[in-house]
Amino acid sequence: MSIKGKAYIGGVFEHPIRLATDQSTPQLHAECAKGALADAGLSKDDVDGYFCAGDAPGFGAMSMADYMGLKLRHMDSTETGGSSYVLHVGHAAEAIAAGKCSVALITLAGRPRSARPGGGGRPGGNPGDVPEAGFENIYGGSTHNTYGMCAMRHMHEYGTTSEQLAWIKVAASHHAQWNEHAMLREVVTVEDVLASPLIADPLHRLDCCVITDGGGAVIVVSPEVARSLNRPLVKVIGSAEAPKGPRGGRNLDLTYSGAVWSGPAAFAEAGVTPQDIKYASIYDSFTITVLMQLEDLGFCKKGDGGKFVADGNLISGVGKLPFNTDGGGLCNNHPTNRGGITKVIEAVRQLRGEAHPKVQVPSCDLALAHGTGGSLGTRHGAATLIMERE
Amino acid sequence: MSDIKTETAPRPIPAPAVNNESKPFWEAAKQGRFLIKRCTACGEAHWYPRVYCPYCFSDTVWEESPGEGVIYTYSVMYRSPTGPYAIGYVTLNEGPAVLTNFVGCDLKTLKIGMKVKVRFQDTEGGPPVPVFAPV
Repeated sequence: MSIKGKAYIGGVFEHPIRLATDQSTPQLHAECAKGALADAGLSKDDVDGYFCAGDAPGFGAMSMADYMGLKLRHMDSTETGGSSYVLHVGHAAEAIAAGKCSVALITLAGRPRSARPGGGGRPGGNPGDVPEAGFENIYGGSTHNTYGMCAMRHMHEYGTTSEQLAWIKVAASHHAQWNEHAMLREVVTVEDVLASPLIADPLHRLDCCVITDGGGAVIVVSPEVARSLNRPLVKVIGSAEAPKGPRGGRNLDLTYSGAVWSGPAAFAEAGVTPQDIKYASIYDSFTITVLMQLEDLGFCKKGDGGKFVADGNLISGVGKLPFNTDGGGLCNNHPTNRGGITKVIEAVRQLRGEAHPKVQVPSCDLALAHGTGGSLGTRHGAATLIMERE
Repeated sequence: MSDIKTETAPRPIPAPAVNNESKPFWEAAKQGRFLIKRCTACGEAHWYPRVYCPYCFSDTVWEESPGEGVIYTYSVMYRSPTGPYAIGYVTLNEGPAVLTNFVGCDLKTLKIGMKVKVRFQDTEGGPPVPVFAPV
């Protein structure tokens, strides 16, 4: 696909300030955004794509997106030093040509003269400038207790139980027993999960994923190259992404994830429905992560996740939706505390028919991989990928 | 978990990161005043405080809040070297939800919907930070 003629520059703004002793770095990003929007004659709500690099304080694009209250369907924090913003124009044009966004905002700002965080073009700027840091990092938030907050609220609103959450771990353990590389291969029961120590109310130790070293890689190729390889043809047919954060705290709802946006968008692009999916890799940092994503992706109604996962419904050969047949992050692997790539890899194994025979889904021609990065309890990014065996 | 004591001493809290934009909040906190921000255009209050409204991107102003609200959710963290502590969100009467710690009670008595009020807790070398206790 060529981007020639597919995108234009709508507005530009150079901040007039040269010594910013009274502003914060996020504020400067926002002031540049306002200037460019005014130049283009657009408003903030027109923006649906955001691009930033290492000078933007915080967790990738998520802190600034949340700070400015952007509702996005495309984000890119690709970091290539001073050339980042040239590259971002190209990325934005590609994204626009592909229909991923229609108004892409790119910002650059920092205070090296007044704050002197260190020099050498080191990304990240002054740690004190991460916009939410002063108001959140002081409270002892970790993945365990921020996901715990989501589980607590989900139980309160929908009657979800610890027993139901435990079934997710049980299913993962049934799969992991066949994976010689899995960190935990022992099959566990609901009772085992409930008897394990409470880590962060209401999550028990066995509701949490493993901590492992390791990694993975995926190579994406053109159709021409794919056909030249002597491998089964696995085609990308849908993808979508979305950030979610408190966005100013109004109508906070921790019972759903960004998958409510990324899921339907990816399904629409692929032209399939959740009911068509033969196998699903679902990010499993914690059991509650899986339950919320299954609901948000449309595999069951919101609030019915507990009933959906119970009684082995996620076990290959037993239930309706085989998931994480490698044992997932809960039992197999969660390398560098970022398990997204393992979700893609096991989905590809299933589509090729190369999963372990004990967990291989028969005639697996359509698979989904979904990831959550960051924290469901504060701000996170959701990504959905749908692949088809040709 | 019955052997774990949940009526704990306050968890030591590190100094919050302060920047030019948040400085007025922390100056007020030193006087025991809890500030939030409200938009001058759409009238919405938000949290954490920003110079531009996260809903309509207009200018905002500080206002003092009584710091009263209800618990939206919480989680008691047991795996902690300094003893159990509770993190959670309060929905302020003004509307926004605020991430915080719950203190001043047996953590086992916390409930979603419980009424709470702000108080300030000292930090290690910085301004005091808002935490919430049942009323």
